[in-house]
Order: sequence, then C-alpha cells, then structure tokens
Amino acid sequence: MIEIRDLDKRYGDFHVLKRCSTSVAKGEVVVVCGPSGSGKSTLIKCVNGLEPFDSGTITVDGISVGDRRTDLPKLRARIGMVFQNFELYPHMTVTRNICLAQEKVLGRSRDEAEAKAASLLARVGLSDQAHKHPGQLSGGQQQRVAIARALAMDPIAMLFDEPTSALDPEMISEVLDVMVELAQEGMTMMVVTHEMGFARKVAGRVVFMDCGEIVEDADTASFFGSPRSPRAQAFLSKILDHV
Amino acid sequence: MSFDLGVILDALPFLAQGLGLSLLLTVLAAAGGIVLAVLLALMRLSGFRALRLVSAAYVNFFRSMPLILVIFWFFFLVPLIIGRPVGGFYSALIAFTLFEAAYYSEIVRAGIQSVSKGQVAAAYATGMRYGATMRFVVLPQAFRNMTPVLLTQAIILFQDTSLVFVVSLRDFMTASTIVARNEGRLVEMYVFAAAVYFVICFSGSMWVRRLQRKHAT
Ligand SMILES: Nc1ncnc2c1ncn2[C@@H]1O[C@H](COP(=O)(O)OP(=O)(O)OP(=O)(O)O)[C@@H](O)[C@H]1O
Ligand SMILES: [Mg+2]
Repeated sequence: MIEIRDLDKRYGDFHVLKRCSTSVAKGEVVVVCGPSGSGKSTLIKCVNGLEPFDSGTITVDGISVGDRRTDLPKLRARIGMVFQNFELYPHMTVTRNICLAQEKVLGRSRDEAEAKAASLLARVGLSDQAHKHPGQLSGGQQQRVAIARALAMDPIAMLFDEPTSALDPEMISEVLDVMVELAQEGMTMMVVTHEMGFARKVAGRVVFMDCGEIVEDADTASFFGSPRSPRAQAFLSKILDHV
Repeated sequence: MSFDLGVILDALPFLAQGLGLSLLLTVLAAAGGIVLAVLLALMRLSGFRALRLVSAAYVNFFRSMPLILVIFWFFFLVPLIIGRPVGGFYSALIAFTLFEAAYYSEIVRAGIQSVSKGQVAAAYATGMRYGATMRFVVLPQAFRNMTPVLLTQAIILFQDTSLVFVVSLRDFMTASTIVARNEGRLVEMYVFAAAVYFVICFSGSMWVRRLQRKHAT
C-alpha cells in the first residue's frame, strides 16, 4: 500500500532523511519510533506529500507521491492523517470539523456529511460533544475527534504522528483504544509513537530511526525480542525502563 | 462672546448629512479595502515571485503617498480613464479604498501568519486545496485575530474622511466649517465637531478594547 524507496531529504546542509526505505502492506500496522529529531515526522509527512523530498520514491496505492503530475490533494483525500497537536479547527464545532472536507473535497451533501460525522462520533464515544468547539474538549477527546475527521474521508490508509504525546497520561488509553480497534478492523496504518504497548499489541513491524536513517526494520516480535543494532537496543532499554 | 448653542441646533440636519457621508465613506472604503487587502496579502504570501513583487510594490507605493494626494489624483485621473466625470464621491471612495487596502493588507498578512502552519497542514491532509483551505480554515481564524486592529484602522479612516473637502464633498468636518463660517460661530462649531469626533472614535476604541478582552479569554 505504502512503498518508500531510498527517500532522501535535506534542509539546507542538514541531512534529515538518508536513503530511507520501508513499506506498509495493505492492512498492516507499522510503528515508527526513534529519538527526538531523528526524522520520524519528516518521513511520515513525505508520505502524503506535506513535505517535499529530494530523491527516492514514495508510492501510495501505486500512485507516485513525488511525481509532478500526481494530483496531490486528490491523493491526500484518500490518506488520513492525525497530528500530535490535534489541529482541529478551533472556530468550528466538532461536527463541522468532521464535515468540512467531506463537503468541500468529496462533494457530499451537508446531510450526508453530518450523518457520517454522527456515526463516527458514536464510534469514538463522543456523540454528546458534537456541538461543542474543540477548545471545550479535553486533549484526549480532541484527538478522537481528529481521528474521526480523518476517517470521515473513508481513507485507504492512516498516518499518525505521535498522536498521544501531547496528552496527559490518563487520556492516552482512550486514544490508543480507538487506534487499536481501527487496527483490528484491518486499517493500513503507519504510526509514529513511543507507545510500545500499542506496538506490541497491533504492530506487524517496527521501524527504528536514528539521525535520519532507518536503523532497524523488523517484525514486532523480533524487534522487542532481540533488536540487532546497538542504537535500537539502547533506545529500547531507555524507553521501556521509563514506562 | 457668548456660547450660542442655537447655531448648532439649527444646523443639525445639515451636519447630520455631513456625518452620514463620513460614515458611509468609512464603511464602504473599509469593506472594499479589506477585500482588496486580502487579495494583496495572499499575493504577498504566495509562492510566486511576480505576485509577491506586485503586491509589495502596491503597498509601498500607497504607503509613501499622502492620502490627500491620492484623493486629488483619482478625482482627476478616473474621469480621464473612463471618459466621463464620476463626481467627488466615487473618486474619493476609490481613493480611500485603494489607499486603505495598502494598510489593511499588512494587517491581514500578519493575521494570516498568526494562524499556525499545522492548521494548513491539517486542511491539506484532508485533501483540501489552497483556495478552500484559505477560505474555510485560515481566513476565518485570521479575521478573528485581527478584527481589533482592523477596527482601529477604520477609526483612523473615519477621521481621514475629513480630507474629502479637497474634492468639494461635504463630510462632517466640512459641513461644520461651512456653518462656522456662515454664522460666524467658529468656537461653538469646532467644539461641537471635536465632541462628535471624540464620542464616535472613543466609543469605537472602547468597542475594540472589549473585543480584545473577549478575545484574550
Ligand atoms: N523546516 C525545517 N527546517 C530545518 N530543519 C528542520 C525543519 N523541520 C525539521 N527540521 C529538523 O529536522 C530534524 C528532524 O525533524 P523531525 O520533526 O522529523 O524529527 P522527529 O523524529 O519527528 O522528532 P520529534 O520526536 O521531536 O518529533 C530535526 O533535527 C529538526 O530540527
Ligand atoms: Mg515529530
């Protein structure tokens, strides 16, 4: 579903991504982890073309992201994305947040969009918040709305960039539960996260990044069982001790 | 010399007409100026160098001109362009609109930049294009942030409408001057005019302050 080949990107002199290659098969969940500044966000933003890249290729469902002829907005409409800081539209109600792109991009009628919003809000357990503004919700609730907003577009894959790291600890599980359920329903997911419990539970593979390189790309069991690289070992022991 | 309020009372309808013109010019020029300013700001922030240059040139040009010159200019220029006289009102309206747009565009630009990049990324990530992202996500938030500054600028514009006397329009200030001269009552009229300007502009800025407080919470 998602194929990344020899992806390379620089910010001026700074080499953020160094020939990164990995893939996410249809229905697979891949977790991306690594220290701060290792390029995880940059990598995931390249997948839907929010960040341009210098060389290499990315294809999503066979469509080349870097190709100038690709209609990027059209492709993005089919890939859901969830951000660390939620990025809900603060001037709109929860329902309008979920309806906007359905109406403006997919051309759904208002009724259709609102019906979809209602069913997604029920699914993430927020039916009673439909008419509130994002500022009136807790972080965990906002992130669940953001997931609903992405799902409203009926995406073929979902990208998550540290969806729980801006949350208070007690709200992390309510977001992870939604993500686990999504994974179990067979959604193709690429998830930047340090929630190793989530990775163990649903990830098929774990990708470990450091200094712009993909250092380790292994199935979940072997990643946690015996990480090959010393850098991944060090990272894992730090993060698992921490929890 | 006694202070004669009767002069003011007698002249009220005439003064009210002047005030109406001042307010009408302010509202129309502010509205038109803001629309044009949004266009200029988007050009200034666009990825196309040519658009950025045109917008910057426009803004720098009008910001280096005295308003009174711009008013004169359009009074004589517009008839030449369209081949018939348009009268003081329309030429003044065009001059104010174009002039204010230069100032508003800097405010709008700051307003757009005050909306986080993450908001744009979120809209793009759902497949929205530039136009829809600006219209439904960025500009509404930008306007919410910049309304107080835009209103403050509109208050300045209201004061500046007194310049239209140069094209023989009777705004409030001009009307007051006419009455003052005709009746020989300069003190009364100018005190009254000052009071009216003060009340309008001061209530305007109170309103701005209230908006700012509301916005801050
Ligand atoms: N626009 C930019 N210009 C220059 N450098 C940038 C830019 N964006 C990111 N970087 C740098 O690129 C590196 C990778 O950033 P990225 O956000 O991808 O890291 P990350 O792995 O997501 O880190 P974190 O865990 O902190 O989110 C960082 O060192 C960052 O400072
Ligand atoms: Mg990041």
